[in-house]
Amino acid sequence: MWLLCFCNPILVIRCRNILLHTVEMKLLTHNMLTSHVKGVTKGYPLNIKATEVKVNEVDFNAQFVTRMIPKLEWGPLIQAAEVLGHSQDLPSTLIPNYENDEDFLRKVHRILLEVEVIEGSLQCPESGREFPISKGVPNMLLNEDE
Amino acid sequence: MESSMDYTNVRRTKEEKKMLRRQTKASHTLLKHEGISTVSHPTKHLVVSNGGLGNGVSRESLLEVLKEGGTVKSLLTPPTKPYAFVTYSSTQASQNAFTLLNGRSLMYSDQSVTLYFSYVERVDSERTVSCALPPGLSVLEDFVSIEEELQLLKAVDWRLDTDDITVHKALKHRRVKHYGYEFRYDNNNVDKDKPLPGGLPVECDALLQRCLTDGHISVLPDQLTVNQYQSGQGIPPHVDTHSAFEDPILSLSLGAKTVMDFKHPDGRSVSVLLPERSLLVMKGDSRYLWTHGITPRKFDVVPVSEDGGSGVLTSDLSNLTLNRRGTRTSLTFRKIRHTPCNCIHPSVCDSQQPPAPPTMPVVEADACCLEAQYVHQVYEEISSHFSSTRHSPWPQVRDFLLSLPPGAILVDIGCGNGKYLGINPEVMAVGCDRSANLVQICVERGYEAFVSDALSVPLRSGCCDACISIAVIHHFSTKERRQSAIRELIRLLKVGGRALIYVWAMEQEYNKQKSKYLKENKYEANAVTTSCMKTTEENNTNQQEEHISSVIRNTEDGSGDVTARRIHVHTNRTAFLSQDLLVPWHLKGNKDKNKEAASCSTEVSVEQSSQGPVFHRYYHVFNQGELEELCVSGVKVLRSYHDQGNWCVEVEKTNHIPSEIDIAMEK
Repeated sequence: MWLLCFCNPILVIRCRNILLHTVEMKLLTHNMLTSHVKGVTKGYPLNIKATEVKVNEVDFNAQFVTRMIPKLEWGPLIQAAEVLGHSQDLPSTLIPNYENDEDFLRKVHRILLEVEVIEGSLQCPESGREFPISKGVPNMLLNEDE
Repeated sequence: MESSMDYTNVRRTKEEKKMLRRQTKASHTLLKHEGISTVSHPTKHLVVSNGGLGNGVSRESLLEVLKEGGTVKSLLTPPTKPYAFVTYSSTQASQNAFTLLNGRSLMYSDQSVTLYFSYVERVDSERTVSCALPPGLSVLEDFVSIEEELQLLKAVDWRLDTDDITVHKALKHRRVKHYGYEFRYDNNNVDKDKPLPGGLPVECDALLQRCLTDGHISVLPDQLTVNQYQSGQGIPPHVDTHSAFEDPILSLSLGAKTVMDFKHPDGRSVSVLLPERSLLVMKGDSRYLWTHGITPRKFDVVPVSEDGGSGVLTSDLSNLTLNRRGTRTSLTFRKIRHTPCNCIHPSVCDSQQPPAPPTMPVVEADACCLEAQYVHQVYEEISSHFSSTRHSPWPQVRDFLLSLPPGAILVDIGCGNGKYLGINPEVMAVGCDRSANLVQICVERGYEAFVSDALSVPLRSGCCDACISIAVIHHFSTKERRQSAIRELIRLLKVGGRALIYVWAMEQEYNKQKSKYLKENKYEANAVTTSCMKTTEENNTNQQEEHISSVIRNTEDGSGDVTARRIHVHTNRTAFLSQDLLVPWHLKGNKDKNKEAASCSTEVSVEQSSQGPVFHRYYHVFNQGELEELCVSGVKVLRSYHDQGNWCVEVEKTNHIPSEIDIAMEK
């Protein structure tokens, strides 16, 4: 089930635009995605259904993760990580003073940037509409009547 | 050598000097324009400047003059050239001719030409161009007897008659008369449901039966156009409308011979002699692809001997002379086509052309359809070729991206192949695009991206520190939709977040500077590929505009919606003529794949050109100030500028505008 990709971590972060390796949907993207089906009032967060997940090692950058955390919806992130079996025992509420807790930041780094969904779907919590994830790409297009 | 020395040492008269000057000039012209180098020492061969068929000097009259110099061994008269090559039996003879004939004037009724001679080392037999008849073309000589010829000519009654059996007209360049169906010169087609009473003249029966038995045709023609050309008249080059007539087309020449010019779209040209009483059969390529026409002139270059007969004229230059044209009547027999043409030359086939350009949307649903067909589907089809042409980031967009603080969340709405997603590795960049194929390219390049529509981006409000929308909003076809796209982009920004928006500008020349788009005009006008179609039999127009308008007129045929505004088809690398346009994309790459793409995408606007399929993308190009007008609610414009033919704004979100979703969520 798990596919471990060993890439040179320095290259991955610094030269993402040069290194050609496929990136699948990260949980950071999931954390931003919401359902926009017409008439839906509570379209966030989307339920993840994954049939293929991989962990893609990325260079750890404590500062980057620290900067990301306040931009996140913490609850949905942990929830999504749990569904994928990668919760890392992270707490369901954000701890204070995480800036200097490297162990904590590494765990957040893992679920935010390294766990990727290759195949599966995202489901609108209210309407039940499913958006497919294929080859790592979520297709969020709606039909005209949606 | 000696003689030329003598020649230069002699004290010359004014007349002689003048002649020498002219002669020198003539040999320079030969070298410069024709690549013919003349020599100063005597040889057996002379080039006779001004003594060519192209100058109206007939072979006979030239030969008569040349014989005064000595025994002429051979004379080459290239058909369109103002010079000829003569070879004498000896250098002595050519020297004699040189001294005797140089500067000789030949008098014609209305003009005179002066001959100038120069020696050449050899007469290049390579110059004799050999070319075959266009594929599918044949000329059957003496297909009718002299008696039949007279009978047929008599059968065509040119008197004005009032009954409706036939239609005849005096066109600008010739007289025409139609039987069976009227050929309409306004649309180069026939009204297939309006046959003329009477059908074809009975006098034609015998020869048509002969065509059938001989296997030149498989069905009898049902349309006849009679053209009568006086000396000096002609017909512009054209291909008979594919959708109007079947293959082949027959044309019988009566009364006089003429020369018909056939041209391939690649520029190859073949002149074919059509003797009186011969039948021309145009089949396959010669009917569908090559144009045919008759140059209006009074003389034709024809083979010397009558028994040389029909065929390609340029094959033997030693055997050509001029023929004064007589009055020629041609009978063109055609079979009306009732199903669309499916020939193998779609680029010149009106049955295989895309439908008329769409009209501007009036209601929202029309706008969706227009964009689906002329934006979304086109990008899916051209994605890999498009991506291969999009590699260098625009400098000012790059500067914007590099100005973002580390750890910022950036969303690129309409990210294409993701060329901006990796510019600043310190930010978290996510792309989205309407084209699944383009998003796939992003993901393969290692970028985060998803498929979505810019009017409804499935992201939390206020989750972005920055957004970019580069060359996207000009694809929306109404002002409301362009406004919505910008509103949606602003919704994604957090307060204080910045966005950069680029749209294509109507003004491709700004502050007296042409945009890169105009400067890179390396393509020939794409009109070239379809020039055959634009040529009508009566009026030879080459204006693309006129072509398009005539296509529209044809398809509308009076019954279409005249109030709807057709979207103009833009000519690549030229200034924009209107704000709403279709921009052609010439797909290059794997040919088989292209074919497949073109054949399976029936709903996509695609046409075939000789270079490959052509797709049309819809654009609304922005006027100065138009983009700023759309950036009004909840943002302030930090700067707006013109960058290489684009209008650009950088905006900052000033306050949160609650969207419907946000309001609902707060409840």
